[in-house]
Amino acid sequence: MPSAGHGKRIVIDPVTRVEGHGKVSLLLDDENNVQQARLHIVEFRGFERFIQGRLYWEVPVLTQRLCGICPVSHHLAAAKAIDRIVGGEDLTPTAEKMRRLMHYGQVMQSHALHFFHLSSPDLLFGFDADPATRNIVGVAKKFPELALQGIKLRKYGQEIIKATAGKKIHGTGAVPGGINKNLSIEERDIFRAEIDEVLSWAANAVQVAKNYTLDNLEMLKSFGSFDSNHLSLIREDGALDLYDGKLRAIDAEGNSIFDRVDCRDYLDYIAEEVRDWSYMKFPFIKSLGPADGWYRVGPLARINTCDFIDTAEAERERRTFMELTGGKPNNITMAYHWARMIEVLHCAEKIRHLLHDSDLQGDDLVTRGERRRVGIGLLEAPRGTLFHHYEVDEHDQVVKANLIVSTTNNNIPMNRAVQGVAKDYLSGHEITEALLNNIEVAIRAYDPCLSCATHALGKMPLTVELYDAEGELLARREKS
Amino acid sequence: MSETITFTIDGVEVQGAPGQTILEAADAAGVYIPRLCKGEGLAPRTSCRVCTVMVNGRPQTACSYPISDGMVVENETEELMTFRKNIIDMLFIEGNHYCMFCEASGRCELQALAYRFGINAPKYPFMYPKRELDTSHPDVYIERNRCILCGRCVNASRDEDGKGIFEFIGRGSEKKIAVDSSRGLSGTDAAAADKAVEACPVGSLLPKHRGYDIPVGRRAYDAAPIGSDIERHRKERNNE
Repeated sequence: MPSAGHGKRIVIDPVTRVEGHGKVSLLLDDENNVQQARLHIVEFRGFERFIQGRLYWEVPVLTQRLCGICPVSHHLAAAKAIDRIVGGEDLTPTAEKMRRLMHYGQVMQSHALHFFHLSSPDLLFGFDADPATRNIVGVAKKFPELALQGIKLRKYGQEIIKATAGKKIHGTGAVPGGINKNLSIEERDIFRAEIDEVLSWAANAVQVAKNYTLDNLEMLKSFGSFDSNHLSLIREDGALDLYDGKLRAIDAEGNSIFDRVDCRDYLDYIAEEVRDWSYMKFPFIKSLGPADGWYRVGPLARINTCDFIDTAEAERERRTFMELTGGKPNNITMAYHWARMIEVLHCAEKIRHLLHDSDLQGDDLVTRGERRRVGIGLLEAPRGTLFHHYEVDEHDQVVKANLIVSTTNNNIPMNRAVQGVAKDYLSGHEITEALLNNIEVAIRAYDPCLSCATHALGKMPLTVELYDAEGELLARREKS
Repeated sequence: MSETITFTIDGVEVQGAPGQTILEAADAAGVYIPRLCKGEGLAPRTSCRVCTVMVNGRPQTACSYPISDGMVVENETEELMTFRKNIIDMLFIEGNHYCMFCEASGRCELQALAYRFGINAPKYPFMYPKRELDTSHPDVYIERNRCILCGRCVNASRDEDGKGIFEFIGRGSEKKIAVDSSRGLSGTDAAAADKAVEACPVGSLLPKHRGYDIPVGRRAYDAAPIGSDIERHRKERNNE
């Protein structure tokens, strides 16, 4: 029981329909106002420690075991870092395009899983609908066509991963300085046959998310929303780039904090703070300090930070998205869903383009150059900017690893969202169903991968406990 | 002495040549007898006991036991399969075998035997021994966490490479593979192309820098279980 001030404490444990395990605690003051809201990450992983001593070429395969939902992100971020260890960062066209294809498939499947399987029940049925129907099965019954499109979108992304990485989950495609296979003509033709349909499903998903946001705009403007800084990679020319680029950070108004920062210099710009009540660290922009330097990452941040998207349909949707806020950054938490679906459309367009690029059938797969001791690789994972940083000794063993995973970047924003919603929906001492649901919906908008490993899909019991300042249990409520 | 020796394996008549071991004759006849410490072209060490068969009612190692006329060999009995599974089970928990990121996964004979025997989870508690890596050599390394003490590298280095780099030291649970230099592998003339490296059935003696170069789907045991190549001879012959 963590200590914190006076008053009463409400705990939501665990939070459901997110990736991993976490719990929420709310501390009330004497007037029953929410004094403090915290999302606790209750798992300890230790990857940075136990990777020490392993051989550098094992790293892309080893670290991806952090997660079963988006292992490709860790696989590729680690591979990009290790590319620098072997001096192979200037990939052959075949290697870079195969990795990009893998990544676009990955972002598509992860976003589809989150939107359709985890979040769409809240959006389609309402936050306070009966939990018995507010789930993917309920969506499949009432909106069978939409549910099927979501499942097929995810499947297509998964098949792309299998064709590029060898397996749908935890493959081995990316090797230091390249890739271990190309895309055969047979594989390419299977994907080509379905890509137009996939594009139409993605375009439809954008409309669902957009219409939802616009139809509920007034409510969503205040639902767990707040001004924040935004951070992501961008391409040199300012375009959205999920696989590679330089770091850009903007404030809530869109003013530049820093721009086109080389990924290798990230430690000059980003620092991490440790707090005693969560296993998840708190990153911040150094120049602004820990109090003001926190930022959001992920789809919302990426659409806000980029100047344009280099695929036509997604760019058209981005413009519509930005029109809502007059070209300024969109700070509505629930707009993450809309931004996420624009990215799915972008990925579908990118995949279509790559499927007509003969470089994918090339045989020049690996490149090597000057050996280095340090390798840093950044990637825009589905949930946001992912940092992998390794140091390797003269015997090829890892001596140091630093990972800032996407969800970690969103740590403070998620806490802010919880606090905002809790303040609005808590009345008196009563732990209402609506309060619980709304808190979960706000957290879910960030698509957090709390452990980057485990998977809770709405069947875990939700326990709420009310404590006084001395830690004595006053009330307890459980739902399944 | 006749040119052909005739005996039976699990009641099926098999013919072999004088001087052949049961394993050699069975391989030629398309009958798979599981084995682990016996490397292709290497002298038998008879240490792992995975190839144990019953010969006229007595347990013998197929890799070393010579065939003779009228011999009755039992191979795929329930008792022997249980015995072999137990050995594989014990080898897994005795070391630190993390298949999920091991670069030998998909071509590892220990893993392949486990799959063939239907072992999906450990039967005994893990021992989590503390084992050391030798990464001192620029091109080859020893990962002792995965060493199953088969001794193939010992034989291959001595008999095929003519280098005699490897030998066991210690006894019982302290037994481990060692090299003939106080500076570790870097003090030897080991090379990535050595037969000793090729002979390692697991991910213990490996060339550096090239892990995972074979994509999933094209690794040795991705398409068919270990032993399938041997059994294929018989199927082709019988037009099965």
